[in-house]
Amino acid sequence: MPDIIFIHADGKPDRVETSDGESAMQAATRHVVAAILAECGGNAMCATCHVYVDESWLARLPAMADDEDALLDGTAAERRPNSRLSCQITMTSQLDGLVLRLPERQI
Amino acid sequence: MTASGSAGSGVPHLDVDPFDMSFFADPYPAHELLREAGPVVYLDKWNVYGVARYAEVYAVLNDPATFCSSRGVGLSDFKKEAPWRPPSLILEADPPAHTRTRAVLSKVLSPTAMKQVRDRFAAAAEERVDALLDQRRFDAITDLAEAYPLSIFPDALGLKPEGREHLIPYAGVVFNAFGPPNRLRQEAIERSAPHQAYVAEQCQRANLAPGGFGACIHAQVDEGAITSTEAPLLVRSLLSAGLDTTVNGIGAAVYCLARFPDQWQRLREDLTLARGAFEEAVRFESPVQTFFRTTTREVELSGAKIGEGEKVLMFLAAANRDPRRWDKPDRYHITRRTSGHVGFGSGIHMCVGQLVARLEGEVMLTALARRIAKIEITGEPKRRFNNTLRGLDSLPVTITPA
Repeated sequence: MPDIIFIHADGKPDRVETSDGESAMQAATRHVVAAILAECGGNAMCATCHVYVDESWLARLPAMADDEDALLDGTAAERRPNSRLSCQITMTSQLDGLVLRLPERQI
Repeated sequence: MTASGSAGSGVPHLDVDPFDMSFFADPYPAHELLREAGPVVYLDKWNVYGVARYAEVYAVLNDPATFCSSRGVGLSDFKKEAPWRPPSLILEADPPAHTRTRAVLSKVLSPTAMKQVRDRFAAAAEERVDALLDQRRFDAITDLAEAYPLSIFPDALGLKPEGREHLIPYAGVVFNAFGPPNRLRQEAIERSAPHQAYVAEQCQRANLAPGGFGACIHAQVDEGAITSTEAPLLVRSLLSAGLDTTVNGIGAAVYCLARFPDQWQRLREDLTLARGAFEEAVRFESPVQTFFRTTTREVELSGAKIGEGEKVLMFLAAANRDPRRWDKPDRYHITRRTSGHVGFGSGIHMCVGQLVARLEGEVMLTALARRIAKIEITGEPKRRFNNTLRGLDSLPVTITPA
């Protein structure tokens, strides 16, 4: 099953094993990665599962939908070109080893 | 209340009436009975299916093609019975129609929009606490849970000052009307005419102040996103669902924190827990207790066969305390990971105003916890009865300043 490496704001890495087909957000909440709040439970409404995708992985992710794009304008931490909502990243074997950096705040 | 014999399809029939006063007074034993009877039950009193476990409630909420909303999210089936008011364009709609109207309200109530009202909402919360500290003894429902949202939400919408007293009664009618034709529903609808007239008037573009949520909805007409006949009905959704729900949410949070003083102390030590404390209160009390869906086809749900055109009652509150999903579900615990609770629903119809609710809850609890050492319940709490909403009518408290 594909792994995600979450890198906390303080630089500490956290390796999380995902189940096939689950989102990066779901894997994070299941493993209690506290910096992923996911208030809306994965319905793309709240922007509290914000992550910065490691540049080398960015192109391999599915394209961003309009609603995700709009929500990212409202993130608590600064939006950057590599910002995504982790609830919109579905894990596949192609994404094994995905590196996601966690912002300092979600609200 | 007993679980009696099984029907042919193995679905247990129960004689529970989830809209009875005795049920409302203490729903928890009945919720447990409903959950433990099976993944799907049948309620003979109203001839509807019911789901009370988390997994099935979640499944129904997240399959809107099978469990539709356009035939009404109350007991009344719009295919068989004329709705008591023109149906909501968002709550009582299915994709693709729902997708378009939903996008409009999502935009108006987005995280970006919340950033713009945040300071105003926080300042009003501080002002409310000033007044409460002067009072010391007050009713936490009237003077706090109602007074605070009333001091900000109608203004944020852009409503005129006159006639706002209709807002809470109107919402009361809307949420009672989702229930069966019991006394609560009948009386609410019989008395609804003046409230409906006020709301219809307020939804018009000319009556909404520029810059407010209402005006922002009407501005979407100019963008071509909705028509000028749709806009007032979408404003109506905010008037129906934006006030009484947060009143009950904030009321629930204060009631929880007064009953669990260790959690209140925890919050006082770390004010960043305010948002979580509110969210956990929404899970724990579930201000919106139930909603219905209607099946669009024959479907098998956790082994139960349900025919087409059947009403399915989702017990959101029971799902939020399902021990299959939650550790120590009957404990109010402000650091609990609440993500996934169904207090705001789930899926495409999940509360579109959830960010407004959380913002109000967070800033209000922050202001309270910073300046109040203790909240004590000093009188008998009185329940307010509604077919859908759970909340109090009165909660006498005494506070000690920090």
